Amino acid sequence: MLIAEGDVGVVEDEERLIEEFRRQLDAGLWAAVPLEGDLGGRRARMVKEFDEIPRDAERVIFFPRAAGGR
Amino acid sequence: MVLALAATALVVLALLAEELIPRIEHAWARHRARARRVPTLEYDPGRELRAEQRARQLLKSCVSQEEWQMYRDLGFIRVWGSQVDGPEDAGGTGGAAYAYLIYPHRAIVAYLAQTHRLLNEYCVAFPDETRPYGSAMLPDSDDVLAKWMALTGDERKLISTANMHLPGRQLDPAKVKRDLWRLSQWERARMRHQASSERASR
Repeated sequence: MLIAEGDVGVVEDEERLIEEFRRQLDAGLWAAVPLEGDLGGRRARMVKEFDEIPRDAERVIFFPRAAGGR
Repeated sequence: MVLALAATALVVLALLAEELIPRIEHAWARHRARARRVPTLEYDPGRELRAEQRARQLLKSCVSQEEWQMYRDLGFIRVWGSQVDGPEDAGGTGGAAYAYLIYPHRAIVAYLAQTHRLLNEYCVAFPDETRPYGSAMLPDSDDVLAKWMALTGDERKLISTANMHLPGRQLDPAKVKRDLWRLSQWERARMRHQASSERASR
C-alpha cells in the first residue's frame, strides 16, 4: 500500500503528485480515494486519471491490482 | 641448480597467473553479482508486526467507524452489495438486499441479507509484485482494505475479476453462518449501547 498526500493548490506539490500518480498506475497499481458515503458510511472511488481525484481529497491510496485467487 | 629451479618455478607461476587471474576475477565478479541480485531478507516477525499495525491504522482511517469496530471485534467486514439483481453469476436475487463478508486472505462471501443464504465465494488476491519484504502477500489489514476499496469503488469489476465458486470451497459454510449470527448479535449489542449512550446524554 502506498499513500500519496500533498496540497494540489501548491504547483510543486501538484506536479509531484501527478508524476507519482502516473508512475504508480504505469507500474500496474490501482488507485482509490476514500470518501464519505451515504448515512455516515464510507466508500472508495477508483480513479484512473489524475483529474478524477476530487480536489478536496486528502489522499490517494495505491494498491496492487486484483487477480483471481484460489 | 637451486637457482635454475627457482627461475623455472617463477616462469611457471607467471604463466599460470596470466591464465588464472582473469578466471578468478571473473568468478569473483559473478559471485558478487549473484549476491547483489538475490537479497537475503530473512523473516522478521517484528517487521511483519509493524507492517500489520500500520495497515490497521490505515484501514481504520479509511472505513466507517462501524466497519472498523466490526473488523476489530469480529475479524471481518460486511459490505452491502449495490447491484439491483445481485452479483454476477449468483442467479439473481430478485431485488433482495445482499452483502459481502470480507475476510483477510480468504474468499469474499456473498449472501442474502435477510435469509443469510450464501450465494457464492469470490476468490481474489492482490499480489504485491514489488515484494518489498520478500513476500507477495499483503498484511492482513491491507488485504481487507484492498478488497473494501475495490468492492465499494467498483463492485462489478472486482467480482468479474475474481474466481467464482459455490459456497464451501474455501470457507466452511457453517463457520460463515456462525459469523453471520455473531454479526447480528454484535449489531444488537451495538444498537443497545448507542441507545443507552443517547439516553444518558439527555
